[in-house]
Amino acid sequence: MPIIATQGLTMRFPRVTALDDLSVAVEPGVVGLVGANGAGKSTLIKILLGLLPPTSGTASVLGLDIAREGLRIRETVGFMPEYECLPPDVSATEFVVHMARMCGLPPTAARERAADTLRHVGLYEERYRPIGGYSTGMRQRVKLAQALVHDPKLVFLDEPTNGLDPAGRDEMLDLIRRIGAEFGISVLVTSHLLGELERVCDHVVIIDGGKLLRSQAVEAYTTASGVLTVEVEEGRDTLGQHLYDQGVAVHPEGRFLVVDIAGENTYDLIRDGVADLGLRLIRMEQRRHHIEEVFQTEPEPSGGPPATGVVPQEASR
Amino acid sequence: MSTSTIHDIGYRHYEGRRSGRAYVLRSLYVHNLRAAFGLGRPARAKIMPFLVAALMLLPAIGSVAAFAVTDQEDALIRYASYANIMQVIVAIFLATQAPVLASREIRFHVIPLYFSRPVGHLDFVLAKAAALATALFALMAVPVTVLYIGGLVAKAPDSGEQLLRYLGALVGCVLYALVLSAIGMVVAAFTPRRGFGVAAVIAVFMLSTAFVGAVQGIAEANTNFTLQGWIGLGTPFNLVDIVQVRLLGARSSSPGIAPGVAGGVVALAECAVIVVGSVAVLYRRFRKAGLS
Repeated sequence: MPIIATQGLTMRFPRVTALDDLSVAVEPGVVGLVGANGAGKSTLIKILLGLLPPTSGTASVLGLDIAREGLRIRETVGFMPEYECLPPDVSATEFVVHMARMCGLPPTAARERAADTLRHVGLYEERYRPIGGYSTGMRQRVKLAQALVHDPKLVFLDEPTNGLDPAGRDEMLDLIRRIGAEFGISVLVTSHLLGELERVCDHVVIIDGGKLLRSQAVEAYTTASGVLTVEVEEGRDTLGQHLYDQGVAVHPEGRFLVVDIAGENTYDLIRDGVADLGLRLIRMEQRRHHIEEVFQTEPEPSGGPPATGVVPQEASR
Repeated sequence: MSTSTIHDIGYRHYEGRRSGRAYVLRSLYVHNLRAAFGLGRPARAKIMPFLVAALMLLPAIGSVAAFAVTDQEDALIRYASYANIMQVIVAIFLATQAPVLASREIRFHVIPLYFSRPVGHLDFVLAKAAALATALFALMAVPVTVLYIGGLVAKAPDSGEQLLRYLGALVGCVLYALVLSAIGMVVAAFTPRRGFGVAAVIAVFMLSTAFVGAVQGIAEANTNFTLQGWIGLGTPFNLVDIVQVRLLGARSSSPGIAPGVAGGVVALAECAVIVVGSVAVLYRRFRKAGLS
């Protein structure tokens, strides 16, 4: 059963169309939802929570219809918003316990679950201090804890890595992977950065301007390409010239040589070339596609391809 | 020698009970009632509510003491007049605590976390309004009860009559609590910054009292006592006092009281409109805050 399924979902606001005839279905696991700011990600989450009725179309979450069973959905999912949503003058423990009770957990269970969940997201002694004194990384953990405290079957994480430094980003991504793999909770995580979702997701849905651009398993984006990366310690250009002379399509890229695989004998030619020239081969590997290339190969309505894998920002609110 | 180890037993799913709407509503009510007195928050959040509550009690205690010493019945403040006499203190409590309940969670964007859970919009508003009303009721009813019990202990005459007046005053306190919290919540909910919220609530009470007082003064000078009574509907404390005087048999403690039972009924109807209207406005306000 798909955890999320939408059919012809459309959401029009007076001046913008946030979602435009979106039909997509995703299976359990960690699902990435990628799009520029204003691509309709947050709107989609609000609709899936049953908080915002769509202009037209239908959707179901965990098999529950958003229009008729919104309450049931909200009992079984968790939601971590992208913005700051924590009162500064209460402790993390106090806050998460309260949020657990708001999901119907009895007082004792709420306290136990809050302590467990805060530990799982990596908050220890500091959880007794008021949230106002926390770093951004700690606040993100509290936000994550309140989304998980009632043991949902699915969590919506809206831009969980926003505002984090690279180390904090890695820790958050690692947590998201654990939620999916160890906790057995399905995740819908949004981001405008494709690269980071590639690392944690099983499936990636890309929307742009409220339209579905692509929805497929991560492996499908990152299948092996017909290109080899070759790295030698010294003599990159010598090797390149050598291979070129033997009719191999090759071009330098940074410290590497990028070689098109013409057939089995391409590997032999490289091996022999390295041996003949007496070079030290550091690595030779088949290159994989990155999800980002979706945006480089898709015809972009806005013009040139983005350089860094950040979805173009032209659709900002 | 004992060694203890913490075993990481990994993530455990919650298989226990999940209580329904009544439990969530009750938890929300208790949470907000605690918040109204700064409980569950740092010490400085507790100073104001408890200081004000202590100030509310002082005159009652003094009054009982004076009555016990002098045995003059006049020394005992009339139960139904207490809230009206202490209206500045009550207004200060409302002004400092209504923003805590009505605008703190809007300001820090906490509202969406409630509505993404099984919490209904109307339940949310009712729990908050009821919590503030309960806090205000406690603020006013405790000193009134001190007066009553103090009077009993010091053997005030007509104990049957005293009980009736005491119960009447409690009904009055309920009405005060409902009307005041309704007004305070709405004003605070539209002023997200706490400082402005406090000022706005105070301003609403001061301006309405000043305006009504001025009109009543002029009306009295012109011996137009009808106008003096009816304009009393324009300020919250006078409004509830009209109900107390006309429908609960209390003695007036306001400059003007609308005439006859009709005056009381109109005042009561106005109270109902204020309370229902406030819930409707807050419903829309929080619903909107839940989507941003």
